[in-house]
Amino acid sequence: MGGMARLAASRLLARWLGTGFPWGTLAVNLSGALLAGWIAGRLGVPQGLDLSSAWLGLMIGVLGGYTTVSSLSLQTLALWQSGRVSAALSNIGTTCLAGLALAWLGWWLAGGGL
Amino acid sequence: MNGWRDYAAVGLGSALGSVLRYLVSIASLAALGPAFPWGTLVVNLLGSWLIAAFSAYAACRQGGRVARWQPFLVAGFCGGFTTFSLFSLETLYLVESGLPWLALLYVMASVPLWLAAAWLGDRMVRARLAPGRPG
Repeated sequence: MGGMARLAASRLLARWLGTGFPWGTLAVNLSGALLAGWIAGRLGVPQGLDLSSAWLGLMIGVLGGYTTVSSLSLQTLALWQSGRVSAALSNIGTTCLAGLALAWLGWWLAGGGL
Repeated sequence: MNGWRDYAAVGLGSALGSVLRYLVSIASLAALGPAFPWGTLVVNLLGSWLIAAFSAYAACRQGGRVARWQPFLVAGFCGGFTTFSLFSLETLYLVESGLPWLALLYVMASVPLWLAAAWLGDRMVRARLAPGRPG
């Protein structure tokens, strides 16, 4: 389910914004990080392997499958190899910095501390 | 392949990848303990290596089996196996648990290693299957 949503999002964004930059993967990872933070704030962080079925299904299943690191690495590598070094660096940099910020934002919006 | 077959292939591959990711994280928790998110690091490294290897293989052997199965293998399996949401969540969790340096180390180690794994997967397959050789 998460994987199919990722495919739909990448195709939609490729049609809107073109295929020059991996917008789809960026959008998927950023929205996934925001949702993961929010759900973690709502469900609480489990200790060890004591996972509730909601956590298992939503977090490990849907969001884990929705977001991806493999496409991110591959697309960054492809940008780099085609000589677009600054596009490659901004792809990986934006994903990580904005992803972490959005995960924190989701967590905070759901009433988490810090 | 197009339309609903792509979605079916990606959905199936992604589900399979996600289950395998869960098994890897259980195994790494049992073997290495919960102090550091080894499981996610391992799946993201393996997945990055694998996606680059599949893509290089499909590029060298166009019309071959890997190329035909690309939606299942690449966007499906590798996409579902690796995860960015859990990576960001684990980083956040390390910060929240008062271990900001470990969180920083996790991010600073992960990113170059993902890219290195993808680069390695690409190089290994291309070195084996030089383009132009009959397949």
